[in-house]
Amino acid sequence: MNDMLIAIVLSGFLAALAAPALYHFFPRWAGRLCPLLPLALFACLLTVAGQVSAGTPLIFSLPWIPSLGISFSLYLDGLGLLFALLVTGIGFLVFLYTPAYMGNDVRLGRLTGWLLAFMAAMLGTTLAGNLITLFVFWELTGICSYMLIGFDHEQEEARRAALQAILVTGIGGLALLAGFILLGNISGTMELAELLGGGDIVRAHPLYLPALMLVLAGAFTKSAQFPYHFWLPSAMAAPTPVSAYLHSATMVKLGIYLLARLSPVLGGTEAWFFCLTLTGGMTLLLGAGLAIVRNDLKQILAWSTVAALGTLTLLLGLGSPLAATAAMLFLPVHALYKSALFLSAGAVDHGAGTRDISRLGGLARSMPWVAAAAGLAALSMAGMPPLAGFIAKELLYEANVQTQVWSTAVTAIAVLGSVLTVTAALLAGYLPFFGKRADPPLHPHPVDARLWLPALLPALAGLLIGLFPGYFGRWLVAPAVASILGNPIPVELALWHGINPVLWLSLATLASGLCIFALRSPLTARLPIRERDGVWGAERLYNVLLDLLPRFSSAVTNRLQSGRLRYYLMTVVGVTVSLLAYTLINTSGLPSNLPRPDGGLHEWLTAFVILAGALMATVTSSRLAAVAALGTVGYGVALIYILFGAPDLAMTQFCIETLSIILFVLVLHKLPRFTQFSSPLSRLRDLLVALSIGGIMMLLVLLAISQPLPPHLKNWFLEQSLPAGHGRNVVNVILVDFRALDTLGEITVLAVAALGVYGLLKNRDGKGT
Amino acid sequence: MHSLILATAIRLLLPLMLLFSLFLLLRGHNEPGGGFVGGLVVAAAFALYTLAHGEQEGRRMLRIDPLRLVAIGLLVALLSGLLPLLGGLPFLTALWSSLPAPVIGHAGTPLLFDLGVYLLVAGMALLIIFNLMEE
Repeated sequence: MNDMLIAIVLSGFLAALAAPALYHFFPRWAGRLCPLLPLALFACLLTVAGQVSAGTPLIFSLPWIPSLGISFSLYLDGLGLLFALLVTGIGFLVFLYTPAYMGNDVRLGRLTGWLLAFMAAMLGTTLAGNLITLFVFWELTGICSYMLIGFDHEQEEARRAALQAILVTGIGGLALLAGFILLGNISGTMELAELLGGGDIVRAHPLYLPALMLVLAGAFTKSAQFPYHFWLPSAMAAPTPVSAYLHSATMVKLGIYLLARLSPVLGGTEAWFFCLTLTGGMTLLLGAGLAIVRNDLKQILAWSTVAALGTLTLLLGLGSPLAATAAMLFLPVHALYKSALFLSAGAVDHGAGTRDISRLGGLARSMPWVAAAAGLAALSMAGMPPLAGFIAKELLYEANVQTQVWSTAVTAIAVLGSVLTVTAALLAGYLPFFGKRADPPLHPHPVDARLWLPALLPALAGLLIGLFPGYFGRWLVAPAVASILGNPIPVELALWHGINPVLWLSLATLASGLCIFALRSPLTARLPIRERDGVWGAERLYNVLLDLLPRFSSAVTNRLQSGRLRYYLMTVVGVTVSLLAYTLINTSGLPSNLPRPDGGLHEWLTAFVILAGALMATVTSSRLAAVAALGTVGYGVALIYILFGAPDLAMTQFCIETLSIILFVLVLHKLPRFTQFSSPLSRLRDLLVALSIGGIMMLLVLLAISQPLPPHLKNWFLEQSLPAGHGRNVVNVILVDFRALDTLGEITVLAVAALGVYGLLKNRDGKGT
Repeated sequence: MHSLILATAIRLLLPLMLLFSLFLLLRGHNEPGGGFVGGLVVAAAFALYTLAHGEQEGRRMLRIDPLRLVAIGLLVALLSGLLPLLGGLPFLTALWSSLPAPVIGHAGTPLLFDLGVYLLVAGMALLIIFNLMEE
């Protein structure tokens, strides 16, 4: 039974890989096959719904990185089930709709593939049972979103919007990862099932606030909360099925999912309450306000989605059982009506050729089914009885009215937002279909069933939920609320609550929304905010930062990369010397008990030869002499190795020295004549740099020999070389067996250095830099 | 730069030096030697040959692009680390043949690893030498 979870998540990825080929070879069948997968997954999830709703979550776990407490685990409880049903259910509609919307576009296979991958990633995120698993799928949804927003990659606007979305949500994702790691450290587990029980420990921990802030940054960027809201309306550059699926019904709700998921762990504190209600309220007002001044259907819907996401954040911030219930009802209700509206907007665009509401009107006659779908959805959005949106709004008001703190303020925000939402609903669902005929007249062509049916189904679902709210509340909302609160509460939804203040508020909302709708045209004509985005506000800040980044990095690069070898050397030497000197002074100090220098005449002689060679190399005015002198130094050092019993080292040193001299001789004749360019002052500086690195190395060596090495390591290698390493040459056994990973790293560096040298040598004609 | 003595001597020296480098590589596990120094000897042999006969002739004699040699060396070393994974052992675990092979004694993945080092070092040194000698 639990293996079904992994099948649910992975099947989408497999299908995503297969989709492009399927569309290439069987274009006729592919469009009919693809919707079957989400439908099958939806059915699969329904079969376990009873068990999950009864309060026993499904758990699946595979070890991944056990040493870090990371496992690939999946966890299906009420909250996950609600989301997974939304993802697969709306996914089914979108996959049904996409082939009809795209027509004979050759890129259909690619689009479907990415949509399938997105669906799988989304299921992975909502079913994840481990914080790291969740994070990986979370980022995958972001990558899919990037590919889908930038689907029309030949349009600059689409590329820009895609980049904006992935930068904003990607930075939030990094914060989220940090937050997850903090949470894991605080509670000692990355497993969701264990974490959910440890809320008290987390909330009492001194690192609670940083962890909360980091997690909120991730959730707020993903769910387009103020001030990160701007990427969502830009993302409307994507094809309409993508907007309907990712950017209204599912992906943007991931932030909400995360807040709901971690509510038992992080919620219930003052910081949680203030952050969420303030951000949510702000986002709600901003989104609703901007929705009604737009003229593009998709923009209206996008901004009202921002408002809905704000509402959900606000409700989760309040944290009361009533607010949680309202959130978990509003979430699917919004997904249903918003996807219906988006899909109808796509059908309108397809049939009438424009999405500009000032040019649309009277489309109900030519596309009656689309009009029916959009009309029903708009009624639900406006909160008209007997649709689901009405119940959701009643609950929203009730939750706000009954809040302990700031009750008046949050109620006022909710009412104002809802009034504006009513107006937006009329703009999106009434005006294009039932408004007065457009002038100049449009010539819309009727759209076929595959374009209106996917819009009509969720709209009808909204009606069904409105008529029979009890079942829906018990089977889907109550288990999700139980996951948020940590304990089950009875959820009894009803259409009619009797005549009470909340009902009056609802009626007043509808009336005010209608008034604003009637007054909209004269009002917006005077408003300074029009269709232009990014002129002010958070998006402006984003643009300024994006411009500053390359300028800053080029300034830094120009400063650091002078192109002169001697400055690079000086930087390397300077940093090394200062770090070593700092460490020496701070830790051990200077070596005290120096060993008395002893040794035979031949050792002294070798040392003298090395010194003489070094001195010669610095003072000679002949390049060849300098090279020879350096060679003398190298051979002298190799001699020392032999004297102290390191034949391997000596042999390698001899070879290296020989090859270096060959290389030197090769380049020597290409260099200009030796001339003294540097001033005495710069030569003095070079001398100081050279002396400092020499001196510090000498100190290091003295320090190393003044303290006897712990013998156990050496003895271990000597003892184990033959039995464990099958070799008598300890040095080689260490290199290729005991510490082979180090060697592998070193030869990789060597290979990369070879590539670098190759590039430099190939480029010496002056091409490039 | 043409030297008759070097040009004549290197014809004999080249195979000897290559043989010596193999000797160094194979005996490295028990006596002084190993892949690194063996690779350097290979590079020195070809460097001398190139000094005597020119860069074109040197490249022709090596028969393989040194850059490719670097890549092959790295891959061989990596392969010796990946082999134990097939048996479920950690990366880079040494595997040994149970029977001693002729000449080299026990054969095992460390030798393969050392062979990778040998090829990579030779390739890297020759890459630089050939490019410096190019006119």
